[in-house]
Amino acid sequence: MDIKPKVGVVSCSGECCSLGTLSRIATRLALEEKYDQTVTICLPLFLAGETEEHGFAKEHPTISVDGCGKLCAMKAITKYSKKPVESVNVEELLRQWGAKAPDGRRMLDSEGLKLANRLAKLLAERVDTIQEAS
Amino acid sequence: MADKILVMPCSGIGKPFGSIGRDATFRVCDDLRRDMADTVCLSLLVMGDTEAKRRISSSKCITVDGCPLACSKNNVGRSGGNIVAEFRVMDLLRENRSLKPRTVTFLDEDGEKLASVLADRIAAKVDELEGK
Repeated sequence: MDIKPKVGVVSCSGECCSLGTLSRIATRLALEEKYDQTVTICLPLFLAGETEEHGFAKEHPTISVDGCGKLCAMKAITKYSKKPVESVNVEELLRQWGAKAPDGRRMLDSEGLKLANRLAKLLAERVDTIQEAS
Repeated sequence: MADKILVMPCSGIGKPFGSIGRDATFRVCDDLRRDMADTVCLSLLVMGDTEAKRRISSSKCITVDGCPLACSKNNVGRSGGNIVAEFRVMDLLRENRSLKPRTVTFLDEDGEKLASVLADRIAAKVDELEGK
């Protein structure tokens, strides 16, 4: 049987704005849909961690999901492990989609939820692509 | 105008406890005490962002942690933050054993109740720190 490594999907924490909330919720939705193919880690734990935490991205091909252009998740994974296989900048992606950032950061409104589902679908597709290639 | 008190939740993403801490934080910063409290991305701080470090060192910080690893308390402390109060979701769970939050992405009813209780406590602490 061909056992493929689970894909790490790591979202920025993004507590300061709704783009962070969108990133986290979309990441969670993708993890739920692909629960047997994915893993995650809290970004600050990864950042402040030791060998075990930093080994996370060495053991798993990763997708970084960043709410804004500061790209904390992508930079952290690159710095402490290796470059993510895929990197999603949600702020940039919304620009491409012609969508605006959700209004609230505590709860997503209906438009925000639609965006989260669309983003989760994209992440799930990329999980499949990465696993097929590995 | 004085800097707002910073409420710093951990970024827990795998269990309901992180979601509860974050939801409580947003209730405080965006609703209950929006004129007195704010938050900063924990990851941005841990990445060493200059402005984030300046803010946590020049403001009173309240940390909110979902699990015993205490990422918020440890990282705010390591980054030079002025921690004046700490909250742990696990403590709240021990006091409310009948509430069993199960969902992570969107809080269920028990998760919402715990977030509400925690938010009230954080808001009360903000008032205390501001002498109100």
